[in-house]
Amino acid sequence: MRDYIFPNRFLPYLLIAPSALLVIVFFIVPAIQSLQLSFYRVNALSGRQLYVGFENFTRLLTSSDYIQSLTTTGAFIAVVVIFGLSISLAIAVGASLPLRGFGVYRTLLIWPYAVSPAITGAIWALIMDPNIGAITNALESIGINFDYRGNSTHAVIFISAAATWKILGYNIVFFLAGLRNIPRDVVEAAGLDGANAWTRFWRIRFPLLSPIAFFLLIMNTLYAAFETFGLIDITTHGGPGRATNLLIYKLYSDGFKTQNLLGSASAQSVLLLVFVVVLTVIQARTAGKRAFYR
Amino acid sequence: MSVQSTPMAEWSTRATERRLAFQKHVAYPVIMHAVMIAVVIIVLLPLIFAFVLSTQSSADWRIVGNIMPGSNAVENYTIAWERASLGRLMFNTTVVAVSVAVGKIILSMMAAFALVYFRIRGGILILGLIMLTHLLPLPVRIVPTYQLLSSFGWIDTFQGLAVPFFASATGVLLFQQFFRTLTTDLADASRVDGAGPMTFLFRILIPVSRTNIGALFLIEFTYMWNQYLWPLLVANSVQTRQVQIGIKQLIATDATVEWGVLMAGVVTTIIPPLVVLLVLQRSLMAGLSGESEDVR
Repeated sequence: MRDYIFPNRFLPYLLIAPSALLVIVFFIVPAIQSLQLSFYRVNALSGRQLYVGFENFTRLLTSSDYIQSLTTTGAFIAVVVIFGLSISLAIAVGASLPLRGFGVYRTLLIWPYAVSPAITGAIWALIMDPNIGAITNALESIGINFDYRGNSTHAVIFISAAATWKILGYNIVFFLAGLRNIPRDVVEAAGLDGANAWTRFWRIRFPLLSPIAFFLLIMNTLYAAFETFGLIDITTHGGPGRATNLLIYKLYSDGFKTQNLLGSASAQSVLLLVFVVVLTVIQARTAGKRAFYR
Repeated sequence: MSVQSTPMAEWSTRATERRLAFQKHVAYPVIMHAVMIAVVIIVLLPLIFAFVLSTQSSADWRIVGNIMPGSNAVENYTIAWERASLGRLMFNTTVVAVSVAVGKIILSMMAAFALVYFRIRGGILILGLIMLTHLLPLPVRIVPTYQLLSSFGWIDTFQGLAVPFFASATGVLLFQQFFRTLTTDLADASRVDGAGPMTFLFRILIPVSRTNIGALFLIEFTYMWNQYLWPLLVANSVQTRQVQIGIKQLIATDATVEWGVLMAGVVTTIIPPLVVLLVLQRSLMAGLSGESEDVR
């Protein structure tokens, strides 16, 4: 138990009040209102609200549009998280080797951190452009006609690749910081025991990295679910058809482009929250256990 | 069977040693450098293409596989700058990103200070409340937040863009953890000297937190510079429009994309957060790995 150092009675509440107020006004109250609004049908013109119970939810969960959006988003998140984490872990381990000159690589590799999802979209639209894109040309030479604007599967591959690339910088930053934290003598001691580099990594360094890996798992999930909006809005607009109409993009189009769907948009907000919480809990159960307690 | 150390055997041992030394000090570093250079190029390839395209004319980039820098850079950058009002947009975005980063640093430091150095009733509850913000990203509460802001008359204003982002779970957590790693001696000593808590905060706590402040500034500045959804809804006029939306406009201006101009806009927009990243990356790495005391 730690001793509290300053005896002031009111000062701490004064210090914490602005943060608490902001959280209540901009987070708690709107979240509750979202929940409330999800039980109403809202007329955009008159602003009149009609209580409809769970209608918004049942409509969503029985509509094929929504289910398609849900499954696409799930697959998209899985791909971005798995590739984003494994590639950046491999890169960070390589870049953290104690060799002369490797500091330069560490600096260069975190550059994508400065790039936004929207700008990532613009750049990847260029390199995967059906006509002039460099990657498209390379694929064409091995007989693949890549067209993310016309082909649904290609469109999903396109947004997944771009989103994965964008998150690399962030993940590498955190993995490098974590690798830096591992005491050298721990790894060296294992080396004296005759363990080879591969075993040494998975037995010694990876378990020590697992809190960071777990943190990144959650952050990458939130990123893939919410932050990729700009990427979609700049490139595919949810298309072709509804191939890349991720939950976040659908929420935006229903809530702010189609005026009469405010109630449905709020229901989508609520479902999105449920979705993210469930995903987080599942990850905490599976990955968390394996990572922390082995 | 004991082996006599014949000259032959000695020579071969030395050869083995030399071979191992060569592997360790020459071959291994050379191979690893080659691998890492390849990795860096692959990771940065999209950025390299963006830069090359920003210098090419439309005649240049229409040639398939042309990756040579062109001579159209000045024109592309000028057109992008004027067409999307990039100067104004970058000013707007800087105002919002800097005020959010600074606001978050001040508010979260105050909160963490209150939680760690005072007896505060319901401290855990308040901390939990602040942590909850992680689970409530903007899309989850977007419709009511938008309605709230319009009832304030804050649509199309800087405060409408910035204030909803002021509360920071990341900041409170970062400072809170850091303050707990500090010894209580510093605070005890300053109390014995008769210094009040605010003197302690400004004279001691803020200076020793420099690394964390730098790390948080980098994280929040970049986060705000790259915001897209909220500015799309809230900032309609050129007086408040944010730079990411300018990029969208560069795409939307024509039926066919002018890649050279678009990439010039892209490169221009990446530069400010990249500069902040390069300046503060040491703080970021040190702050994240908890090596905050080694301030330089």
